[in-house]
Amino acid sequence: MRRALLAALIAALVVAPAAAACPRTSVGDLEDEVQCLECGVPLQLATESPQANRERALIARLVGSCASKDEIKDRLVAEFGPRVLTTPDDDGFDLAAWVVPVAALLAGAVAIGLTARRWRRSRRNGAEPTPSGDGGRLDADIERYDL
Amino acid sequence: MKRLLAPLPIALLTGLFALFALLVYGLVAGGAERRAGESSQLTEGSSAPALTLPLLSGRGRRSLADYRGKVVVLNFWASWCEPCRDESPLLERWHERIEKDGGAVLGVNVLDVSDDARAFAARYGLRYPLLRDRDGRTLKDFEVAGQPWTFVIGRDGRITAVRRGPVDDAFLREEVLPLTGSAS
Repeated sequence: MRRALLAALIAALVVAPAAAACPRTSVGDLEDEVQCLECGVPLQLATESPQANRERALIARLVGSCASKDEIKDRLVAEFGPRVLTTPDDDGFDLAAWVVPVAALLAGAVAIGLTARRWRRSRRNGAEPTPSGDGGRLDADIERYDL
Repeated sequence: MKRLLAPLPIALLTGLFALFALLVYGLVAGGAERRAGESSQLTEGSSAPALTLPLLSGRGRRSLADYRGKVVVLNFWASWCEPCRDESPLLERWHERIEKDGGAVLGVNVLDVSDDARAFAARYGLRYPLLRDRDGRTLKDFEVAGQPWTFVIGRDGRITAVRRGPVDDAFLREEVLPLTGSAS
């Protein structure tokens, strides 16, 4: 009797935290990241499509079985292929979809920084007194036009 | 010239060129996709596109080329498609009917959950070969815009009839029997 009670207590201690963490996500949480393949829009916009409803039912089943968001997405990709996700994958050619915008932003920031520095330097040079006489002016002009 | 060769203009020009190339690629790829969706060149008399897919059971693959020399009723379906429920038992009966005369019904399950599709096949007792197109890539090749959608393909691999929507006994009798040479 005591052993049975002890076993039940251990089982409760092991199962209770897992049960408390379930469900780990919701259908609504995934609807904007999953595509209705028949209608070509995210699931949250496909309210009437039977194909979207079938995807929703699968997600609900997986949510009910305590699968995490990533596990559900993996299962959806296994069922329908990578096109089922609205966000591109983070490896292979799809990685470019993440890298290119970040690289473009960085390049833009660097370009603005360099332009600002050059502009500041040219202003500082412009404020300096030019050497007197025609020769000095000619030198200053040549330097300004970078010939 | 010296200014153009400076690192900053080179970086900017390269970036602009890369963005332009991406834009052109996007337009060309999108345009090709749109054209494929809009034009309908797959009519009676056209050669059936190639098709190779895994079996729904998960045991091996099957190709349309395997059926060369046979009359094929190629049916695109899904378990979530309501009219497919009505026509599936009919297709099963027709598969049994034409099999001995060198005919076959071939089902292509599209955009479906595999367990649901298998449950559907078991529920309606479908014994004809069922292929699985999980992401619907063959829909574009066959210009299929909905389910069910059925093609009758002759022994020479040419499409002889297309039915957009559920097939019925009259359609199959009219389109399939003359090809198999069976008595009506």
